[in-house]
Amino acid sequence: MKVLRDFLDKQKPHFVKGGKFEKLHSTFDAFETFLFVPNKVTTSGAHIRDAIDMKRTMIIVVLALLPPLIFGIWNVGYQHFLSLGMPYDFWPMFSFGLIKVLPIVIVSYVVGLAIEFAFAQSRHHEVNEGFLVSGMLIPLVMPPDVPLWMVAVATAFAVIIGKEVFGGTGMNILNPALTARAFLFFAYPSEMSGDKVWIAEKADAYSGATPLGHLLVLDVDKLPSDWSMFLGTIPGSIGETSTLAIILGAIVLIATGIGSARIMLSVIAGGLGMGLLFNLWGANAYMNIPAYQHLIMGGFAFGTVYMATDPVSASQTAKGKIYYGVLIGMIAVLIRVFNPAYPEGMMLAILLMNVFAPLIDHYVLQGNIQKRLKRAKLAVKA
Amino acid sequence: MSAVKQEKEPLFSAKNRKLLTNPLNIDNPITVQVLGICSALAVTAKIKPSFVMALSVIVVIAFSNVIISLMRNGIPPRIRIIVQLVVIASLVILVDQVLKAFVFDVSKQLSVFVGLIITNCIIMGRLEAFAMSNKPWPSFLDGLGNGFGYGAILLIVGFTRELFGSGTIWGFHVIPESFYDFGYRNNGFMILPPMALIIVGIIIWIQRAKNPQLIEEN
Repeated sequence: MKVLRDFLDKQKPHFVKGGKFEKLHSTFDAFETFLFVPNKVTTSGAHIRDAIDMKRTMIIVVLALLPPLIFGIWNVGYQHFLSLGMPYDFWPMFSFGLIKVLPIVIVSYVVGLAIEFAFAQSRHHEVNEGFLVSGMLIPLVMPPDVPLWMVAVATAFAVIIGKEVFGGTGMNILNPALTARAFLFFAYPSEMSGDKVWIAEKADAYSGATPLGHLLVLDVDKLPSDWSMFLGTIPGSIGETSTLAIILGAIVLIATGIGSARIMLSVIAGGLGMGLLFNLWGANAYMNIPAYQHLIMGGFAFGTVYMATDPVSASQTAKGKIYYGVLIGMIAVLIRVFNPAYPEGMMLAILLMNVFAPLIDHYVLQGNIQKRLKRAKLAVKA
Repeated sequence: MSAVKQEKEPLFSAKNRKLLTNPLNIDNPITVQVLGICSALAVTAKIKPSFVMALSVIVVIAFSNVIISLMRNGIPPRIRIIVQLVVIASLVILVDQVLKAFVFDVSKQLSVFVGLIITNCIIMGRLEAFAMSNKPWPSFLDGLGNGFGYGAILLIVGFTRELFGSGTIWGFHVIPESFYDFGYRNNGFMILPPMALIIVGIIIWIQRAKNPQLIEEN
């Protein structure tokens, strides 16, 4: 550690104003603050001061993403060997999954960070930390068989159009990782949906449909058991299948105070409520499935814990978070049950509410102002 | 007879040339004035309809500018919008009939959007802002310039969307088969109107980066 610190201190003069590599200051700064907690603190103004900076926050989210990632790697291998009907051991499955998943992760990080660094350099900004998380979220919401160049194109689209045009991390309207997924979903539907893509190199005869795929054609009998949907031993996007692993991540996020438990609970409440409403209606088999099953299928849990809680694109006010969360849950289930074109509604629900989040905040703030004005007037009268 | 003899302005004076060139760059009707977006998003999935649409708008805007400019002193101000609409509508019907007669397939693709040229804000805007207070020749140039500015953006957007969305240009395959064998796929998002909006946005981005005078204060 000491050696590294000394090395950085020695190189520093080259990168400050007037140094040899003045132009590369953003890059140097990014690496320095990545390796060591910076010693700069807020000195003036009424800021909330916290011991950790953005990079440390983001790293905790990445840590919270490890359970779904590791489970996803294993599951990619498990599904592959299951479809071939071959006997399987832990290590062959894990290494097969690693060969499939690791390139996607690398492509996502390399492309995204390259663009981030280029923009930071040209604008003389610090390199934004947000991509540390987005770069991990993007692979986790991809099908295991997605071609790597598509991951690259989608990542570039998400970083440039989803984030940099608005001014970088903290300014984006939409969640960048979901922007990448939505881009692929609309651009290359045959690689992103249907029942061919959810198992890597699957045997032809084996059905690769996800639970939501079965439900889309009202094949309720073909649903996997609740237990396997909860554990995640089902086909699906890399990181989304295991509700259990996602709950582990959620615990980390809530315990460290980084993810908003309020949003997560609201989304779950919204999804359950909508599911129960459909149970009452009961017009077809899809509406009759138990409401709790909506929570363990598809990307609902993953979206709830990692996407809806994105501090940039979610609502900021305490009351707004509840409206925002409940609406996400309701719309996600609504799209699932009603829209024959989109088997999964979570992505679209979150993106839609991302757009509405500032509006929700605006009305919550206005409501509060009105209430307090009223109270002030009453006080004056009395 | 006025005492001072007015100097006759040359046909292509610097001022008149500006009328033609400004809309192509710093006064572009789509990217700077943000008018006519609806049709720019709707017809640009392929380059051929974009081209025909651009041509139709150029014709309508240039001639309606001339006609209104000729009539400008006789139009009662209170009903001027109606008069302008009548002129535009007649020209649009002419264009529509010509398209149906000579390029029926494109006319079918453009469908309702030819008729909707009537409501294209660029044309109404030019009539109100320019033709009502200028002589026919400058009005004609102004119409042409704005038509070209509109057409240029349409062609750029149409070219990009057709190339990446369908792998063709003007209907001819330009992306070689071997690309598809390697796993290349046409981008279905390019066919959808939202992508047209994003492309127009990118054009605006590039244009503003090149012309800092377009960037607002604050």
